[in-house]
Amino acid sequence: MYLRELSVSVSTMFARGLKRKCDQEEVTEGFGTVPSYSLQRQSLLDMSLVKLQLCHMLVEPNLCRSVLIANTVRQIQEEMSRDGVWHPGAPQGAGRAPLDRLVSTEVLCRTARGPHGEQAVPESGESPSQTPAPGLCTVSLAQELRDPESGLWEMDSPRESRASFSKSLDQIFETLESKPPGSMEELLSDVESSYYDLDTVLTGVVSGSKPGLCGGLEGFTTAPSPPSSGCKSDLAELDHVVEILVET
Amino acid sequence: MGVSVLSKSMPVQENQPWVSGTPADIISTVEFNHTGELLATGDKGGRVVIFQREPESKNAPHSQGEYDVYSTFQSHEPEFDYLKSLEIEEKINKIKWLPQQNAAHSLLSTNDKTIKLWKITERDKRPEGYNLKDEEGKLKDLSTVTSLQVPVLKPMDLMVEVSPRRIFANGHTYHINSISVNSDCETYMSADDLRINLWHLAITDRSFNIVDIKPANMEDLTEVITASEFHPHHCNLFVYSSSKGSLRLCDMRAAALCDKHSKLFEEPEDPSNRSFFSEIISSVSDVKFSHSGRYMLTRDYLTVKVWDLNMEARPIETYQVHDYLRSKLCSLYESDCIFDKFECAWNGSDSVIMTGAYNNFFRMFDRNTKRDVTLEASRESSKPRAVLKPRRVCLGGKRRRDDISVDSLDFTKKILHTAWHPAENIIAIAATNNLYIFQDKVNADAH
Repeated sequence: MYLRELSVSVSTMFARGLKRKCDQEEVTEGFGTVPSYSLQRQSLLDMSLVKLQLCHMLVEPNLCRSVLIANTVRQIQEEMSRDGVWHPGAPQGAGRAPLDRLVSTEVLCRTARGPHGEQAVPESGESPSQTPAPGLCTVSLAQELRDPESGLWEMDSPRESRASFSKSLDQIFETLESKPPGSMEELLSDVESSYYDLDTVLTGVVSGSKPGLCGGLEGFTTAPSPPSSGCKSDLAELDHVVEILVET
Repeated sequence: MGVSVLSKSMPVQENQPWVSGTPADIISTVEFNHTGELLATGDKGGRVVIFQREPESKNAPHSQGEYDVYSTFQSHEPEFDYLKSLEIEEKINKIKWLPQQNAAHSLLSTNDKTIKLWKITERDKRPEGYNLKDEEGKLKDLSTVTSLQVPVLKPMDLMVEVSPRRIFANGHTYHINSISVNSDCETYMSADDLRINLWHLAITDRSFNIVDIKPANMEDLTEVITASEFHPHHCNLFVYSSSKGSLRLCDMRAAALCDKHSKLFEEPEDPSNRSFFSEIISSVSDVKFSHSGRYMLTRDYLTVKVWDLNMEARPIETYQVHDYLRSKLCSLYESDCIFDKFECAWNGSDSVIMTGAYNNFFRMFDRNTKRDVTLEASRESSKPRAVLKPRRVCLGGKRRRDDISVDSLDFTKKILHTAWHPAENIIAIAATNNLYIFQDKVNADAH
């Protein structure tokens, strides 16, 4: 029941754009209090990041939707920066892996919707009984998320890296494969235009750098020169990447 | 306002019983042709179904020309992009009819990547009496042929033939959201998230890029094209809308690449309503020129707006479609409903505008009387010849008997696609798998 109210309050506060309360108000006060604006804002941020991450689909995802979500994330980040709550250069995620944190967020959103069949046991497994569990789940989540928030958009989770590897690899194949002359320029100019760049966009925005191997591939794919030149070194790099992929 | 309507509902697939939850049957676009005689629908499975209005019969005066299936064909097939390891959906995003220039009808249909020109012809006669072939087409034994005869055309059962005449492929890197035929009847445009191309209807291996909003660095991408349309009379003018809620009117005479707009239509944000969702709900999902060419109609998540081409600062009219959702934006964001793209439509005289909503509701706004009505497209409430009852959504507080409360709205039942007959008060409403065609009672009684 509590989390359902949480969801309603979140929507009310966000929809009306109420002046945010002092950041000092936290949920730890008790189950009856409305969660603070910063917690709600954080929930929205997490939800948005989950939406962007959960796009590893067979069909190319909707670019408009992704751009709108990314803009929302940016807005939240900007506001958090202004509030001095968010620091781009924060230390890397200590403790739980970013993927676990994302799952927890999903749990929060799901239970927040009220009785939809599942009363998911919180990831943290902190409370024994069902009823107070959602409340505690919120509390523990808030505590965890407040600290190493930048861990959320680290790219070192294996699933993430593999996705960007395969996408970059696709881009390499794109440039190497022979194409009818008319579309060659168009093809090359769009080599970096795959949706998954948006994924790396967010990570890029925060951390400012990408893991080394992806950086190498990035340089390759954005080269405007025709594929016939510099093929040898590119092929060597390609071999290297294929080696890694085969091993994983 | 005179919007009491007759109704006739029909499943799109006439040969099959209506099966709920068949994803391929979900209607994804609806479009009347220029006379209103034909109505085309496209679905998620890549099929196009064309309905034809039966001529009114003197024997059955109450049988106001009803729409029956005229032709069904598979327009697009699913494809696989091997380079990106992604599927290309066969879902028909848009259908646009070409103005009829001879006995045949032509339409453009598009999925995310490829536009096709289809020609629809009728055959109701066939030649009989060949000299060398018999009825089945087998060669005759020449010794049996004793005299020459002239083949004659004999009537036959009507056969509708559809053939693909042009395939406009490889023009778009991103997903096509709109196509629009120019008033010159020679060219048309196709728009994807970041670019708009101009095609000649007869040339498939070349297109001109007329708008390109792709940033040099994709990390800087913050705005996409959501819809576009040619002006109905001025062949040099077109408009495109963006995810930030702006409209840009472009003049193709000004430059080859119309990145600089001639006019920018944008409403300043209301600071009292500002939230993290403000930008998302301001994203324009559809833009339509009025038949007169003087106005534009836009749909964003909560409103429809009428813009005067002569005034860029703000719309001249704003109508609330479902303002009761304003306090639910967070849950609608969570469920992705906030990204639903509703279309909008003008009636023939530009006096009434229509758009869809949730719970299979659709709304009509009379621009002159300022009255509006909410109607429902559903099998239960739409027996043939039944008059549709206006619906009401209550926010709590005083509740009348048939009111629906906001919390019991079904957000899976969304009416995204609607179309209005170009001249008469006949509307086509796509509700998931079902197509509903409603006619104005006034029209029917007059006949």
